Formats: sequence, structure tokens, C-alpha cells
Amino acid sequence: MSGAALTAEPAGISALAGLPPLCRYALRLGDLSLILGQRLGEWVGHAPVLEEDLGLANIALDLIGQARLLLTYAGEVEGRGRSEDDLAFLREQGEYLNPTLVEQPNGDFGETIVRQVLIDAFQLALYERLASTADERIAAIAAKAVKETRYHLRYSSSWLVRLGDGTPESHARVQSSLNRLWRYTTELFEEDDLDRDMIARGIAPRPADVRSAWSICIDSILAEATLERPRDAPYSWFGKRGEHSEHLGYILTDMQYLQRAYPGARW
Amino acid sequence: MSTPSDPQSEGAAAASREWPLYEIFIRARGGLDHKHVGSLHATDARMAIEHARDLYTRRQEGVSIWAVRSSDIVATDPQEAESLFEPARDKIYRHPTFYDIPDEVKTL
Repeated sequence: MSGAALTAEPAGISALAGLPPLCRYALRLGDLSLILGQRLGEWVGHAPVLEEDLGLANIALDLIGQARLLLTYAGEVEGRGRSEDDLAFLREQGEYLNPTLVEQPNGDFGETIVRQVLIDAFQLALYERLASTADERIAAIAAKAVKETRYHLRYSSSWLVRLGDGTPESHARVQSSLNRLWRYTTELFEEDDLDRDMIARGIAPRPADVRSAWSICIDSILAEATLERPRDAPYSWFGKRGEHSEHLGYILTDMQYLQRAYPGARW
Repeated sequence: MSTPSDPQSEGAAAASREWPLYEIFIRARGGLDHKHVGSLHATDARMAIEHARDLYTRRQEGVSIWAVRSSDIVATDPQEAESLFEPARDKIYRHPTFYDIPDEVKTL
């Protein structure tokens, strides 16, 4: 191999710069749903009981449905003919713009539930605002996603209350998961240039507004679950800019295997 | 859970030991009756509704769910079926089958 291949910038970082801002914003929203849906899919066949297996799979399918709509739109905005499948299966790690929280491992059932509550409350606050955004396509997708997300939060929060306000063992476990995952929530509300551009065009809500709605929602769930809200961490994760934790690569290896090994395969 | 002999029935036994059984009834459309569709395990009423929604309405089967603790249902004893139901067998005059139904009546 030539040395150029080794010294080149990691694929993805430079590819991102060429994307229209609205395309990148749609990818941020879509990749969150895509990667979380893939993570939840790992529970299929492994959940504690059959009923939960189906519950988690239903949420995963809702999320993948959201991802399909958003990635399709991102491809249209980009205008280079990339389909939802091209975007889902043929990008490099650095081109995925999901927040780092959703790629964190499932852990035990309680940890999955904690991650889910944190994200469900975020998606709900976000989609409620995006439902009246200036961009019609995103507004329509958000209006559909709001209904799904309300149910996701109902499901995940009722479990968090059960576990948090359950036995000493279940309480200790979900509290430690909460402490472990909390640091990744700062990123969700960190405003960067892309957010500011989208806010200026009336497309994205202000992260600070989303944060206060999220915070009220999370506080009431944590109170009912008798869990303690951890301290906020400084912002150190940058998944939404394409800089991920070590976990995303393994998810993509699983997710992309078929399309990489058998390009264009259909069934 | 520890012995690998029959994980399925052991799992089911464990679930039934810990989680009560609920019977689920779904109303397919407004105006129709709730019909029994099956049962599931849940720790409480709220979870029973959530599980019922996820298990039994994922293909738009309904607009309303009832969940009833199986232990709260009062049922006939199969041993008594003869004395309860056999006596009606030879009383066919109880069926309204001796009337002529006008052609115009489509749904009777």
C-alpha cells in the first residue's frame, strides 16, 4: 500500500465538511435513532422475559423507522443520489453524527433502561419543538416521532421507577448506571456552529430550551424512582461531530457486514 | 435457571412464580366488543397494559385494551360441563331458526 493511504485524514472527517448543513443536521437526528435502534436490537432473544423482548424490539423498530425517514431526507438534501441504505450502511465511522450516549453498551437490563430514559426524554423535548419547525419535512417526521417517543418514555420511565424504587440491589444497579451514563448527556445540549446555523434558519430549537424541558422531565422521573441526579460533567464527547467512543466501530462492524461483504445485496 | 435441563419450562415457571398472569381483551374498532386475545405476565396493572400494547396491538389490532388478573376471573369447572351445558342440547326450539327471514334483511 502507498504511504498516502496511511497518512491521510481518517475517512469521514473530510467527507463531512462537504455536506450541506441541513443534511448534517438530518444525519444527527437520524443517526441517533439508527444507532440506538441497532443497540436495542441486540436484546432480541436475550431480554429477561418474552414480553420485554417484544417491548424493546418494538422501540427499536420505531427508531429504525425514524432513521429511515431522516436518512432518506439527508440523502435528498445532499443531492448526490445517496439512498437511506447507502447512508446507513456505507459510511465510515467518522461520518456518523449520533451523540455518544446512544452507542454505549447495553450493560444489564437496568443500564439499557437508564440510557433509554435519558434519550427518550431528550427526543421527546426535541421532537415536540421540531414538530413546528420551518422545515416541512422535518416537522412531519417529528410529528410522527413525538407519538412514538411518548410511548417509549412511558415504557422506559415506568421501568426506571420500578427498578429505582425496587430492591436495594436494583436501586444500586440503576443508580450506578445513571452515574456512569450521565456524563454523556452534556453533549446533547451543547450548541455548536451547526446548531446555530439551524437555529438562525428557524429549523432547530435552542439546545438550552430543550435542556430545560428535558431536565424537568428527568427530575420528576428520578424523584419517583428515588434516584439521585448526578453532577453534570464538562463536555468531553463529540459524537455529534463524528468523533466517537470506541464502541461505535463494533456496532458498525455488525451493522454493515452484509452490505460490505455483499455490496448491493437485496432480499 | 442454573440447570440446563429444560430452560423454557423453567423460565416459564420462574416467570409465573414472580409475575402474575393477566388476560388481555382487545376492542378492534369503536362499537365492537372487547375480545379475549391471550394472556401475558406482568408485575402490575400498568405493565400489563404496556405489554398488551406491545404484544397484541403491533399490527393495529385494536383501539382499546382491557387487562384482567387471571386469578380474578371466576370460571366454570370443566367437571361440571355435563350438568351445566348438556341440558340445553335437546331444546332446539330455543334457537330462532323457525322464522322466515325476509331477503331484505342482510345482517341478522
